[in-house]
Amino acid sequence: MESLGVAAKWRRPGVRCGAGTGREDGRSGVRRRGVGRHAARFSAPAALKEGQITPTELCQRCLALVRSTQFLNAYITVAEETALKQAEESEKRYQRGQPLGELDGIPIAVKDNFNTAGIETTCASNMLKGYISPYNATVVQKLLDQGAVLLGKTNLDEFAMGSGSTDGVFGPVRNPWSYSRQYKEKSIPRSDSEPENSNWVIAGGSSGGSAAAVSAFTCFAALGSDTGGSTRNPAAHCGVVGLKPTYGLISRHGLIPLVNSMDVPGILTRCVDDAAVVLGSLAGHDPKDSTTVQDIFQPFALPTLTDVSKLSIGIPKEYHVPGLSSEILAVWSKAADLFKNAGAKVVEVSLPHTHYSIVCYHVLCTAEVASNMARFDGLEYGHRSDMSKSTESMYAATRREGFSDVVRGRILSGNYFLLKQNYEDYFVKAQKVRRLIANDFVKVFGSGIDILLTPITLSDAIPYVEFIKEDNRTRSTQDDILTQAANMAGLPAVNVPTALSERGLPIGLQFIGRSFQEKQLLTVAKWFEKQVQFPMIQLEEVKKHDDGVLQHQKSASFS
Amino acid sequence: MAARGCGGVWRRALQRGPGGSCSASRPRRAVACNARGGAVPVGQSGLAPWVPVVGLEIHAQITSNSKLFSGSQVQFAAPPNSLVSFFDASLPGTLPVLNRRCVEAAVMTGLALNCTINKKSLFDRKHYFYADLPAGYQITQQRVPIAVNGSLSYSLCIDNKMSQMVTKTVRIKQIQLEQDSGKSLHDDARSQTLVDLNRAGVGLMEVVMEPDMCCGEEAAAAVRELQLILQTLGSSQAIMAEGQLRVDANVSVHHPGEPYGVRTEVKNINSIRFLTKAVDYEIQRQIKELENGGTVVNETRAFDSKLGCTVPMRDKEGKQDYRFMPEPNLPPLILYDAKSLPANVNHQQVVNIDWIHERLPDLPSVKRAKLVELYGILPEHSFTLVNEDGLMEFFEDVVKRTQMKPKKVIGWILSDLLSHLKQHSLTANESPISSFLLADLLNLLENGDISSSAAKQVMAIKEGNKKVINKLIGLVRKATRGRANPLLVKQILEKKLSE
Repeated sequence: MESLGVAAKWRRPGVRCGAGTGREDGRSGVRRRGVGRHAARFSAPAALKEGQITPTELCQRCLALVRSTQFLNAYITVAEETALKQAEESEKRYQRGQPLGELDGIPIAVKDNFNTAGIETTCASNMLKGYISPYNATVVQKLLDQGAVLLGKTNLDEFAMGSGSTDGVFGPVRNPWSYSRQYKEKSIPRSDSEPENSNWVIAGGSSGGSAAAVSAFTCFAALGSDTGGSTRNPAAHCGVVGLKPTYGLISRHGLIPLVNSMDVPGILTRCVDDAAVVLGSLAGHDPKDSTTVQDIFQPFALPTLTDVSKLSIGIPKEYHVPGLSSEILAVWSKAADLFKNAGAKVVEVSLPHTHYSIVCYHVLCTAEVASNMARFDGLEYGHRSDMSKSTESMYAATRREGFSDVVRGRILSGNYFLLKQNYEDYFVKAQKVRRLIANDFVKVFGSGIDILLTPITLSDAIPYVEFIKEDNRTRSTQDDILTQAANMAGLPAVNVPTALSERGLPIGLQFIGRSFQEKQLLTVAKWFEKQVQFPMIQLEEVKKHDDGVLQHQKSASFS
Repeated sequence: MAARGCGGVWRRALQRGPGGSCSASRPRRAVACNARGGAVPVGQSGLAPWVPVVGLEIHAQITSNSKLFSGSQVQFAAPPNSLVSFFDASLPGTLPVLNRRCVEAAVMTGLALNCTINKKSLFDRKHYFYADLPAGYQITQQRVPIAVNGSLSYSLCIDNKMSQMVTKTVRIKQIQLEQDSGKSLHDDARSQTLVDLNRAGVGLMEVVMEPDMCCGEEAAAAVRELQLILQTLGSSQAIMAEGQLRVDANVSVHHPGEPYGVRTEVKNINSIRFLTKAVDYEIQRQIKELENGGTVVNETRAFDSKLGCTVPMRDKEGKQDYRFMPEPNLPPLILYDAKSLPANVNHQQVVNIDWIHERLPDLPSVKRAKLVELYGILPEHSFTLVNEDGLMEFFEDVVKRTQMKPKKVIGWILSDLLSHLKQHSLTANESPISSFLLADLLNLLENGDISSSAAKQVMAIKEGNKKVINKLIGLVRKATRGRANPLLVKQILEKKLSE
């Protein structure tokens, strides 16, 4: 346990461990003392249960923060009215002493590609601007059923196609760390003539809005979606925990699909314990999604590991890709050392087909995109062009006006791969390669490896102005390279914020676990989280609006 | 020889002119096929004979309470768009959930058609844009369908003589489960299209028959047999007029020994009678086209029942690439048999092929054999009894209530009752003479109480022919040696007959 000798190296000046104790009235009983006393407790309920803050107050504070961080562009829709109503209901339950559970009264945000009844669901596309779904996605319904307060819908790349959250019709998401003291101190203005905020960095994507929303303390948890890394990538860039569960563990019903065979609802939280709580509330068979597993899911509290000596951590050599920044490489190898020094077995392993993963992903992804987007014809819902010469011309104009170039580009290539003359050469081959990639993982885990440890991004977040110099396709290819293999194989993977870069920006690492072994995966992630003591973001806006309640417990394990 | 099999059909068709008002009368074609389906030289024209080849694709709507992948109700003629779930309207984020009842119906049908049931079958997406296909694709089973390699035996009579029946077999290539589309109504006057999604997503079984047929009559007989099987199984109501059974015919012609000709697909056939017409017309059209030095184009044609001819379908022009892709939202469909059934499995969750097999009802062919065996009637009579709606039940009801031998009963039913029903397009269930009445009548006849001509007259009256009553009065007066009051006799008879 006392491997803190190693962990201490990770600490940086200004780390606020268990920062922001009580409220101004001095009541500091909010914090839960005793490491590992009760692992899977959501951070805020203690305060709620003890009546230190009411759900309505908590909701109002979050809404205020949403407003004051509006420049982040994290939210597309803020559902203030319904959120306050939900908070009020929650308050009544607390008054009766009958809260629905850990999530009751907890403000959450949902990526805008999950259907929410009565609240606009846009996918950041002109095609669905103004679209109000008549039903809730299963995951949204489950959160609401457990009393969570839905603050709003978060920004993304159009239809989740991107890795920067820069390609949606509502504009790019700004990474909250761009405005942190940590980053500001390190970044040198590029020139005097440039406006002050031209240095802001991307949030990553495509669930950048959700990651930014959690990172900026506007909510306690957010839903993302993860098809090729869309939850883990922005989590890494925004310094939050991003969990992509095993395919089939959480219902996709109501998630507007990108690639059905790889999409998984993702969970973004401030700490690993919180991710476990949210997972517990979402996982399980859904009769509305035939690809969810039938097995009954038992929600779990994460134990606090004290002994990692029985663990076998695999370091896949193929993840040492060209373009990986030396900084990330250093953090990765330090993390490996951390495990080694704590007594774990750290083994270099090989996933030989990793190199083919990204091209294979490209074919499978675009093919499904082409198919999934076919329904947007302007007839039943969504945008419809005024063009009325013929049904065909109406379809064409509707789709031209409704979809961005990125979306149309993917539809075109997907349709190309699916043409009769190309199907065998592209789609079928890609499926075979996908099987090989999945088998790579099966072999590695079969050889006794428990968890794989890999980098998740090639570098820390880059400035928006740099990011948009390359097109979406190039960026997605680069950025998904370390993440999408887990989607191809359907495995659970999690980003754990690990360290700050030289520029004061978050760096995360990825843990990949065995299928349906989320508990083991998160237990290890939690141990690691504790060792690295990732610093808390220092945001002016948060300080202004918070007297400790919002960020006093960044992580349960801190308290 | 030339008079055998379908040859007769061609002659009749030719004499009438197959085009109806569509085309002028045609010259005789050297075309024929015999009962075995081979080409037969006609001889007299001196031209090489043509061999027509007919294959069928039949869509049967599955009888089930809800749709194939959604919980929406299935109902004919409900108010437009009243039976549409979010999935049926393809709202983003909705997913298909397979209806077990539809799977069982397909397994049942597959077994009845002697198919191999695939223990693992897959679903695919077939893409095309159409207003009544809201998802932009249809979920079907293109790669691995639920049932394959079956056969269907059917019988038809030669030269329209009931006494000359032949039995033929058509191979069943496959049965696949798929979604029905919605309906589009084109309002040309206002240049708009109205879409009704009630039918969208209803479960269909597509039965693909190999091109083993050679004329409209064979196609019709095969479809009629299939229809009876589906109705017996209850897997489809198979009413063509309601669109529950839709038949597309693939037709081509070639010379013997040569490869198959270019085929056309004929759609919009909504009765068995029209199927015969459509196929025969199309065969003649192709022959004429080819003999005039033209070519047959691979196209989709629609049968125009008013004009009695086939016409190219304009909106089906151009080759479609359906860009098939596995349906990622549905896991493979796994079926079990007694051997593979895992222990401690929830029986509500699995479909057991053997269980279904054991519970198959008697198929029409078995019913016919049983009728022949049980009642000693002729095989051809058993066909009529089984093939006509409700007639077998009617016959058996009568037999149960009368001392008359079934062999004699059948004569009354087929020659007297059926011809009347046919004249008035009635089914046995709608017969103005109930099975009770006919049984009573036949009993009187059997006991010698009335003569056969009196019985026939009673039937005629019951069938609506009031004039015959005078003949009956005459018979009564004769029997009472003129002592009965004719007016009273008439009153009593009328009362009795209206019972």
